[in-house]
Amino acid sequence: MTALGALIQRDIRIALRVGGGALIGVLFFLSVVALMPFAVGPDLKLLARLGPAILWLGALLASLLTLDRLFMADHEDGSLDLIVMSRNSLELACGAKALAHWIAAGLPLIVATPVLGLLLNLDTPSTAAVALTLLAGTPALTFTGMIGAALAVTLHRGGLLLAVLVLPLSIPVLIFGVAASKAAITGPQTFGAPFAILCALSLFSFVVGPFAAAASLRQGLD
Amino acid sequence: MRLSGRGLKCVRGGREVFAGLSFEAAAGGVLAVTGANGSGKTSLLRLIAGLLIPAEGEVALEGGEAELTLAEQAHYLGHRDALKPALSVMENLSFWQDFLGGEAFDAGDSLEAVGLDHAAQLPAAYLSAGQRRRLSLARLLTVRRPIWLLDEPTAALDAAGQALFASLMRGHLARGGLIVAATHGPLGIEARELKMGGMS
Amino acid sequence: MTLTDLANPTKFLALSARILPWLAAATAVLLAIGLYQSATAPDDYQQGATVKIMFIHVPNAWLSMFVWGVMSVAALGTLVWRHPLADVAAKSAAPIGAAFTFLALVTGSLWGRPMWGTYWEWDARLTSVLILFLMYLGLMALWRAVEDPSRAARAAAVLTLVGAINLPIIKFSVDWWNTLHQPASVFRIGGPTLDRAFLVPLFVMAIAFTLLFLTLHLAAMRNEILRRRVRSLQMMQANSRAA
Repeated sequence: MTALGALIQRDIRIALRVGGGALIGVLFFLSVVALMPFAVGPDLKLLARLGPAILWLGALLASLLTLDRLFMADHEDGSLDLIVMSRNSLELACGAKALAHWIAAGLPLIVATPVLGLLLNLDTPSTAAVALTLLAGTPALTFTGMIGAALAVTLHRGGLLLAVLVLPLSIPVLIFGVAASKAAITGPQTFGAPFAILCALSLFSFVVGPFAAAASLRQGLD
Repeated sequence: MRLSGRGLKCVRGGREVFAGLSFEAAAGGVLAVTGANGSGKTSLLRLIAGLLIPAEGEVALEGGEAELTLAEQAHYLGHRDALKPALSVMENLSFWQDFLGGEAFDAGDSLEAVGLDHAAQLPAAYLSAGQRRRLSLARLLTVRRPIWLLDEPTAALDAAGQALFASLMRGHLARGGLIVAATHGPLGIEARELKMGGMS
Repeated sequence: MTLTDLANPTKFLALSARILPWLAAATAVLLAIGLYQSATAPDDYQQGATVKIMFIHVPNAWLSMFVWGVMSVAALGTLVWRHPLADVAAKSAAPIGAAFTFLALVTGSLWGRPMWGTYWEWDARLTSVLILFLMYLGLMALWRAVEDPSRAARAAAVLTLVGAINLPIIKFSVDWWNTLHQPASVFRIGGPTLDRAFLVPLFVMAIAFTLLFLTLHLAAMRNEILRRRVRSLQMMQANSRAA
């Protein structure tokens, strides 16, 4: 097996076996979405209008909160030292870890979206649109969030500090994700532009994320 | 192959750990780094491994492969065992076998050599401290690297484990390898000593 | 055969092995009778045949709360009486309870579509049952998060007892708040308002589902005990050659 493939397989295996598995992220997503009607009120029409935004916010929070252990766990047990010393580029290794995290934690959120769309009284085309934009946008959230996760290792802090650092980077993804979802509801002509920008943001993060994370990790090894 | 350091100065957390340190280690030999806690043994090893940048001085390797960095030709055995409790013993070892890159040997043979073959399919969480150390040693056997950087390798091992470790070291040296080991006590093998602490 | 006998896992395994086939058979028989009675019950004059979802929906809803009650008793067993099998009972019951809650939500949703025009509504009854479902899932995640089952047991026991507050809220939600879900029609002061033609199949199905729960629960408890034995054996095997 190739080196990076082995890293992805290892990370996915650990994610599925430890704690609540991949489903803990989905459970959090479900809880956040269930929380909204308590705050916003049970008016179904209002919830349907806010639906894409609520789903995007839930996915954002669920992604963010599972990310801070991305490098911390390896740092704590000494694996990070060995990963840095291996014959693979650290940038590619960071990218592989982020990919594994997205598969184990991000994809289940997208699979859960139709059920949650039902709870928010979204009709099928809207739910499909939100799911598609999440599919295009959650990789961007994971890869930019990875930068914060790497900083958390360097700074020996985590949790809220990481969230504060990473949230501004996630704002463009959120804006275009919700815009694309809403545009899909009104008509396919206006969907193309925000969706294309969303995809571009993801592609951009595939490059920037690993480089920034690797640079950050090299500083933080002592 | 020769590993040498000249005029090394290490600063951590604003505190100068050591300065003006020089050393040499040649293939087929062991350099034992001794000294009190806090004298910088771990820092020196991490410096050689490239995990720490020295404030002054440099580490040089002669005779290794030209396209690879020093770190890529070295094994680092730190205090922590780089073990994932959720994976089985064999899964842990085959991961490093696939990931570290370079010449790799059969993982099952390595587990047998360190006396862990009976536990190959068990979750690594069930291993005792000594067994975890042995699993790390299996990693050193499975992927071949000429330089071994070891931080208190015999710390958790009992007498049998220490004898095993000494024989593994001898095997490595016979293959032309080089060992730098930080240790509090005897390694069970002949070594040149580098005493840390109280440096000027 | 006293409670203290049941405290011994080996005795429990032997006893449950003898009981389980009978329980399973009784469950199958009662389910068959209940389904037959449900199928042959008359149509409702308003809802037509869709009212028959009730025969699955209502027993599942009752059981989702009943299982949490069972887990609460088991939680007391862990915290107060230190019964050795209490945490096994609690851990095994959680997924079954979650399944019943899920079925209640889904059948209710399917029933709501023709009746109210929507699959979901954020009224008090539905929301509190959804929260019950989330709490079941949270408990299951808690059991899996801690590797050592006996340590997880205490945390889970506390969480179960705290969550039990949700049960009266669910039960009385339709009375306290103005909800879309219909008010209580069986367990209420003044007796049930349902016609006998519906009540009989309903109770038969309720007993059948309860027997189903008991069967599944006993089987799950046996599995959990065996799983823990495997774990101990693996740990012994790992340490069989000293480090």
